[in-house]
Amino acid sequence: MFEKLSLSLIPLLPLLSFLLLGLFGRKVFKNFSGIIGTGALLASAGLSLSTAYNYFFVSGKVDGVYQKITALKITWLEFSPGVSIDIGILLDPISVMMLVVVTFVSLMVHIYSLGYMKGEERFSTYYAFLGLFTFSMLGLVMSSNIFQIYIFWELVGVSSFLLIGYYFDKPSAVAAAKKAFIVTRFADLGFLIGILVLSFNAHTLDFETLIQRLTDPNSEYMRSAIAPAFLGLSSLTWGLVLVFIGGAGKSAMFPLHIWLPDAMEGPTPVSALIHAATMVVAGVFLVGRLFPIFAISCPGALELVAYTGAFSALFAAIIACTQTDIKRVLAYSTMSQIGYMMFALGVSGYGNEDGLGYMASMFHLFTHAMFKALLFLGAGAVIHFVHSNEMNDMGGLRKHMPITHITFLIACLAIAGVPPLAGFFSKEEILLAAFHHNKLIYGIALITSGITAFYMFRLYFTIFWGKEFHSHGEHHGEGGVVMMLPLILLSLGAAFAGFIPFSQLVTSDGKPFETVLHLGFSIAPVLLGLTGIFIALRFYKTQNDLSEKISSSLSGFYKSAYHKFYIDEVYLFITHKVIFNLLGKPAAWFDKTIVDGFINRLGSSSEKISEETKTLQSGQVQQYAAYFLAGAIGLGIIFIYVLTLK
Amino acid sequence: MMNELLLMKSELAVTAVIFILLFIKINDTTSNETVLKIVNALLVLNVAAGFCCVDITGELFSGMFKTNALIAFEKNLLNIGTLLISLLSYEWLRNHRHLPEFFVLMLSSLLGMFFMISSGNFLIFYLGLELSTIPVAALCNFDMEKRQSSEAAMKMIMSSAFSSGILLFGISMMYGTTGTISFAELPMLLTGSPLQIFSFILLFTGFAFKLSVVPFHLWTADVYEGSPIAVTSFLSVISKGSIVFIFLTTLYKAFAPMGEVWYNLIFLLSVATMIVGNLFALRQQNMKRFLAFSSIAQVGFILIGISGGGQNGISSSVYFVLVYIFSNLGAFGAVQLISSFSGKETIDSYKGLYQTNPLLSWVLTISLFSLAGIPPTAGFFGKFFLLASGAEKGNYILITIAALNMIVSLYYYLRVVRAIFMEKNEQPIAAIQGSIYEKAGLIICVLGIIAVGLYSPFYEYIYALSVF
Repeated sequence: MFEKLSLSLIPLLPLLSFLLLGLFGRKVFKNFSGIIGTGALLASAGLSLSTAYNYFFVSGKVDGVYQKITALKITWLEFSPGVSIDIGILLDPISVMMLVVVTFVSLMVHIYSLGYMKGEERFSTYYAFLGLFTFSMLGLVMSSNIFQIYIFWELVGVSSFLLIGYYFDKPSAVAAAKKAFIVTRFADLGFLIGILVLSFNAHTLDFETLIQRLTDPNSEYMRSAIAPAFLGLSSLTWGLVLVFIGGAGKSAMFPLHIWLPDAMEGPTPVSALIHAATMVVAGVFLVGRLFPIFAISCPGALELVAYTGAFSALFAAIIACTQTDIKRVLAYSTMSQIGYMMFALGVSGYGNEDGLGYMASMFHLFTHAMFKALLFLGAGAVIHFVHSNEMNDMGGLRKHMPITHITFLIACLAIAGVPPLAGFFSKEEILLAAFHHNKLIYGIALITSGITAFYMFRLYFTIFWGKEFHSHGEHHGEGGVVMMLPLILLSLGAAFAGFIPFSQLVTSDGKPFETVLHLGFSIAPVLLGLTGIFIALRFYKTQNDLSEKISSSLSGFYKSAYHKFYIDEVYLFITHKVIFNLLGKPAAWFDKTIVDGFINRLGSSSEKISEETKTLQSGQVQQYAAYFLAGAIGLGIIFIYVLTLK
Repeated sequence: MMNELLLMKSELAVTAVIFILLFIKINDTTSNETVLKIVNALLVLNVAAGFCCVDITGELFSGMFKTNALIAFEKNLLNIGTLLISLLSYEWLRNHRHLPEFFVLMLSSLLGMFFMISSGNFLIFYLGLELSTIPVAALCNFDMEKRQSSEAAMKMIMSSAFSSGILLFGISMMYGTTGTISFAELPMLLTGSPLQIFSFILLFTGFAFKLSVVPFHLWTADVYEGSPIAVTSFLSVISKGSIVFIFLTTLYKAFAPMGEVWYNLIFLLSVATMIVGNLFALRQQNMKRFLAFSSIAQVGFILIGISGGGQNGISSSVYFVLVYIFSNLGAFGAVQLISSFSGKETIDSYKGLYQTNPLLSWVLTISLFSLAGIPPTAGFFGKFFLLASGAEKGNYILITIAALNMIVSLYYYLRVVRAIFMEKNEQPIAAIQGSIYEKAGLIICVLGIIAVGLYSPFYEYIYALSVF
């Protein structure tokens, strides 16, 4: 069975690393800080892997169903009779999967940072924060209690704040950190109220009891929860929607996504860990955790999840086409891919084959963690090499950075859904689930997958092909073995993770089911993906002007100069005129002006109102007394005449 | 006999300390340092005395004065707060001409609060309220050479006289319609007639004034700004805490039959208070004013907890006051220390504080985080319990507004933290070396903020006490 000690050590080792490095790192360990942090993570990752092996292949399955196992439960605070806040460890397919993802990616980032962050002044502080983050994230995924998950949820937010603001002498980093913190806090309050609503209805904070009480249509809790409460919706719906708002904030779903692109001000390995592979999928995890309630008791809330996810996926993909900062492209791409995971949950049902979307979402979460972390770390290596984030400063790097080039290409192919790489399999399952449940969302997803392939290869070709880059300063190699090893390991994940039989392991109700890959179904998305790649190839592979294009086409690859010219024009029109100007630019403008502007306006207008109210404060006591009396009489009138007369 | 004296042990202990101080004053030869040593020792004893025999329950003077474990606990909280204020004001008091008077007045006010909390009828309640208010008006004037300080005292006494008048009017009408001033008899005689509702509202304004609930809060800004920081923190923490306690007793017990009226009243006023308090706090540049206005907003949150009713209503409000004492006094203490050493009070002058005073910066940051309700500080749990209590009535509008206000407050608390840690300053405030008293006070505050949140028996103890 599961050893409490070894399970507890999984999150506690990173915490220990945080405490050691945070307290003594600067003075005692200095340059060994990285080794200590990495060592702790290595042990933690080893324990996670053995737990996963144990759970999935040895003792997790009883009668063919994966069990939810509460391995540890300490009652921490008895809030009122029956409602207690526990600190516990819950093992089920998704939490075990997340353990592996978090520790593995975190380990990669720890190793990578040994090279990337070398020579930083606050090297040990950096590793301390990484430890804190990993601890919080592990605590989050293992939570057995909805309140416990909230506490770790906030801790994750705090450590993300610290890491985004790591370069605190850069004003943009400080602003980004603050923005991320406030926007996600806003969403978190939704989550908090959601917790209050759900726990008030179910009289428990424990996940298992909560799910059990709110999915049984005959229970008394359920009856009170589905009665219309406010604005015609039941309190169950409100609770779930509010919880989803919390999840949408962390997972950067529209319109709460505005913090994610700015969060790229943090060190690049941090972006790989937090803003690509782990923290940002916490929202997906949360919906997954409460999935039975969503699917069985409240399909309406699930619809919201589906449409928010689908819209975010398309919206972010379009914006990604217009960005020139390499990390921002990846940030929008992350948002788009998380949108996939969200709507996959949204179109899913509960149990057996109906739960295909759920399985696909978790599958995609897993594969995405591999290839997106790989993309970010690769981007980090590139930035390290050319000392710039701008795509325009890059080009022709394939000769200078062969390993980065190959691994980056694998990741791009994986995200574009080219078989047989990881992204292909998970995306196919998602599309299949969408196809069966909602044709509109399927259409959006299909289009998005084409755009995804286009912007990823735009990125790839601009960085590694095209014109030679203009060098700033002296060159060094790709970054040594500590930076290359994680890239290679992750690229193995991105290449082969698709062959893991997820439907046998992670399903909505714990029962394995069979999936069949329909080859005919895959043709459309793969073709679209290849088209996207092809368009990117035409535009960005070489820096040639039109005459060069014609000459190259005459020499062989394309049959007719005229024909090619015509196609080029159409491509040019569609991509530059239609996508860039008609869709991309307005979308980017909308994002920047309306969504961002609204939030800023909120701040400035509340300042204005406060300026207005200041005039009330005249400093004259007589006036205060007059207001006092007016207040008393006013309240008297309201309560005697208005409220009693109704 | 002995038992009856024990019922009033907190009051007797405070009275004893007051008399000792008066004797010291008559001698008038003792140096300020020695007096402060004696006072702080006495206050520590006073806190200790409060913690013995906490389980005594009983009534005196045919129900006019009563006590139980919850009331004893509330008094202990106020005792601790007073001790903290004394410790944190060391630097300011050390050079003050009228040192013993300061403590005599402050403790008299505390004594008034004790009687008020223990009161079983309106008469004792009113006497206690006045005894707690009038000495504070004198205290407001304790920055004697500053004109602002005397102005604050005048405004305080005028406003509270006005408020007392209205309150008394309410009490007299309540007596006129029911024929009783006893809290215990009142519920049976309440009929909910319009006259009773109106007299209840007048009574309510008395509490609202003291708690600086909008629209009865206007005196707060001027008084808080003009008074010495020690007095401001006494007003905004101890005084408000005591009113919250008696507010709970009267609403939940004496006015239980009018539950719907006071629920709506509190709902309305808590929304107004949170919004106005936050809007004011947003623009403040002076730390003292900033903390004062943010404390108005905090009261709005307490009202949410009170609106819940029942055991959760009591326990969440009392718990929040406990948290609030540590958080707000921690913040006030740090501000006061900086102010008495450097004379600087604006947020701008706090820029780069971390470079010169790292420990003090952390104390202030932890206190502000707790006030903003960021986990894992105690302030987060305090706010959470308040919201949870409010949510029991199913009023999600109120909870939503509260949540939005928490965001706004987060913004301005972070503004200070940003100035301290992230902004550069050519001439940051020089390194400050506080005395052992101030250090002890700040350490207690920080430990309190961390322990009260993370160590759950605190809440469980309060929850167990929270029955009438």
